[in-house]
Amino acid sequence: MFDQLGDRLQHALGDLRRRGVLDEETISRALREVRLALLEADVELGVVKDFVAAVRERALGEEVRKSLTPGQQVVKIVHDELTALLGASDSRLAFSPRPPTTILLAGLQGSGKTTAAAKLALLLGKEGRRPALVAADLQRPAAIDQLVQLGREAGVPVYADERADPVAAARAGIERAAADGRDVVILDTAGRLHVDEPLMEELAAVRRAAKPTNVLLCLDAMTGQEAVRVARAFQERIDFDGVVLTKLDGDARGGAALSVRAVTGRPIKLASSGEKLDAIDWFHPDRMASRILGMGDVLTLIERAEAAIEAEEKEELERRMLRGEFSFDDFLASYRLLRRMGPLQGVLTLIPGLGRQLEDLEGVDERQLRRVEAIILSMTPHERRTPHVIDASRRRRIAAGSGTSVEEVNQLLEARRQMAKLMKAAGSGKMPRIPGAGQPGAGLVAQGPPRPSATRRSKSKRKQRKARR
Amino acid sequence: MGRSWAELLGEAEAAPEPAEERGRFFARLRDSLARSRRALVGELAAASFDPGQEAGWERLEETLLAGDVGVRATAELVRRLEARAELGDLTAALADEVAALFGPPPTLDLAHAPAVILVVGVNGTGKTTTIGKLAARLAAHGRSVLVAAADTYRAAAEEQLEIWAQRAGAEVVAAERGADPAAVAYDALQAALARGRDVLLVDTAGRLHTQTNLMEELAKVRRVLAGRLEGAPHETLLVVDATTGQNGLQQARLFGQTVGVTGVVLTKLDGSAKGGVAIAIAYELGLPVKLVGVGEALEDLQPFDARDYARALLDRP
Repeated sequence: MFDQLGDRLQHALGDLRRRGVLDEETISRALREVRLALLEADVELGVVKDFVAAVRERALGEEVRKSLTPGQQVVKIVHDELTALLGASDSRLAFSPRPPTTILLAGLQGSGKTTAAAKLALLLGKEGRRPALVAADLQRPAAIDQLVQLGREAGVPVYADERADPVAAARAGIERAAADGRDVVILDTAGRLHVDEPLMEELAAVRRAAKPTNVLLCLDAMTGQEAVRVARAFQERIDFDGVVLTKLDGDARGGAALSVRAVTGRPIKLASSGEKLDAIDWFHPDRMASRILGMGDVLTLIERAEAAIEAEEKEELERRMLRGEFSFDDFLASYRLLRRMGPLQGVLTLIPGLGRQLEDLEGVDERQLRRVEAIILSMTPHERRTPHVIDASRRRRIAAGSGTSVEEVNQLLEARRQMAKLMKAAGSGKMPRIPGAGQPGAGLVAQGPPRPSATRRSKSKRKQRKARR
Repeated sequence: MGRSWAELLGEAEAAPEPAEERGRFFARLRDSLARSRRALVGELAAASFDPGQEAGWERLEETLLAGDVGVRATAELVRRLEARAELGDLTAALADEVAALFGPPPTLDLAHAPAVILVVGVNGTGKTTTIGKLAARLAAHGRSVLVAAADTYRAAAEEQLEIWAQRAGAEVVAAERGADPAAVAYDALQAALARGRDVLLVDTAGRLHTQTNLMEELAKVRRVLAGRLEGAPHETLLVVDATTGQNGLQQARLFGQTVGVTGVVLTKLDGSAKGGVAIAIAYELGLPVKLVGVGEALEDLQPFDARDYARALLDRP
């Protein structure tokens, strides 16, 4: 999903890199890919157009820098512009000098308001405040029950009045909470369509009655082009201060966030990702930019361009591999690194067991790789660092946690062991010829640890060291 | 015009729905989609569309993209339109192609004792509400309905379902919160068999398709149902929110891979969202839309009719 954009950009910008010249035609070509990718990320059409135009202007106006290839330059501009766009003027919540501070949550049905309300209560409680929840959703069946149960889980009192209308319920709830000494009151309202006139009027009435310190719009990260219409309508009726972006634990790229920010000017304040009550955090614009663009792919290109940091990381990784210290953290790191660098075929043939399974090198089974990743992520950090502690009962746990089988876990453990052995042997020059030497990957092994061409520099350094010995 | 419930439920011998009833369906659907019209109609300006002019095609593409149809499905629709020897009225031609994409009108497979319908989807799409509406409609068509509250995770999920079941006149089988959803599904199926119920609707917890362990849990629910009754579940409906962007396609893909989806329920069409991702899902995965949700009331559920959907989308005010 995310890789698509990264791959696309790489494909388009690969051209740029070869050309070495930042001319209008090649920029246009690259930007066409960016446009497509942003659309697929659900960024609103108008916002995409404006964004691409801004990037084009900057790219054309920029001098070709010596340290960056033209392709990397465009990528950097795209990332910078995106981060700037998403960047918050003020992502914090406002707190009233005279308590209680009230936070009103609004949004469409199913956007995650009730869950977000409880999470926010828990978060603020941890930060030393005395929050309370007020139920102003009298529309959805068992909404009050839901908030009451969540409040119990969060250890936060819930004020609800089944008989009243939302306006009265809000007012009464806030008053009672304040009287009980609660200094933050979070108001959960009913989900409603932005085109439902009577309900939007009701929401405006609730806002007027509650006089909230903060009004937050809950927006589902998977919202499509509709996001702009929704945001504009809510802004018109209740003028929200910020957005809570929800369900970020999915794989939706979240372009809606960019759209809403661009069109309403309101910042994303909170990011909610998961159903557990502690799964909420203050928003980080740079992480969101990466997510919309395609995570590590773009960042990798930029990092490589701006500093030698990544090269150093790779050298360190290489050093550890040569010592036979190839932990699962390394596996994960290199797997992710390698994944981004292009065709995996050559590299994968090097992993005994795994390589044999993936005989068909044409189409790398991404799902298989995801299963590998899932297995590793089910390990504890300790297990990843020191895989030899993974006994039978741990294997069972890991299998269950990743939705795979013990057999697959065993295979992976064996693969890592073999890989570590291979790398150690490679370092000491005792590398045997790998069968299937015709494959591009095999050649690499004969020379050293598995490495795509981007690190030719490291390889020659090793050769220098060997020569010096 | 308009698809009747009798057709959807495969009641061949049933008396055709009174014309006014069908008319009302179409009107409600059209009204609910009326808000979407603005953008599409404004953009399309079908009357002035000139197939020879690049600008017109671009505007058309943008209109479809703005409706969440997605890059690939949009390209395909445009391709098909361009391939037509004669374009004629763009509105009608587009409606034709959209309807063709969705394929022949689907039905709900109820010819079993009981017919088991598993309802799945990500969080917040309207699964429980849809089940309530569906139970009511099935009851109105003479079916006895049992509902399984297999969402054992979310706070007050069972309470919510109970209220809907009460409105619909259906029984509920539930367990305490945190119980194994597969166990609840199993118990409910047992009960449906024992009591000779016609339809079993299984509500499940919302889950993101990226949560492997939760998807495994869903697969287990399916396995357990299949184990108890061969062929069950006979329908697996994926509930998709009409405001969802391209992620809807990924949802359909992964839920399809895990539990096998037989049809889509497109909800919240009473907003201004066009639900274009349904076209993408139909195009890329061949999955039909069987039902559409157009509101929060018990009667706000309708059989999907591709031509009405397309026509209502493009309908001029």
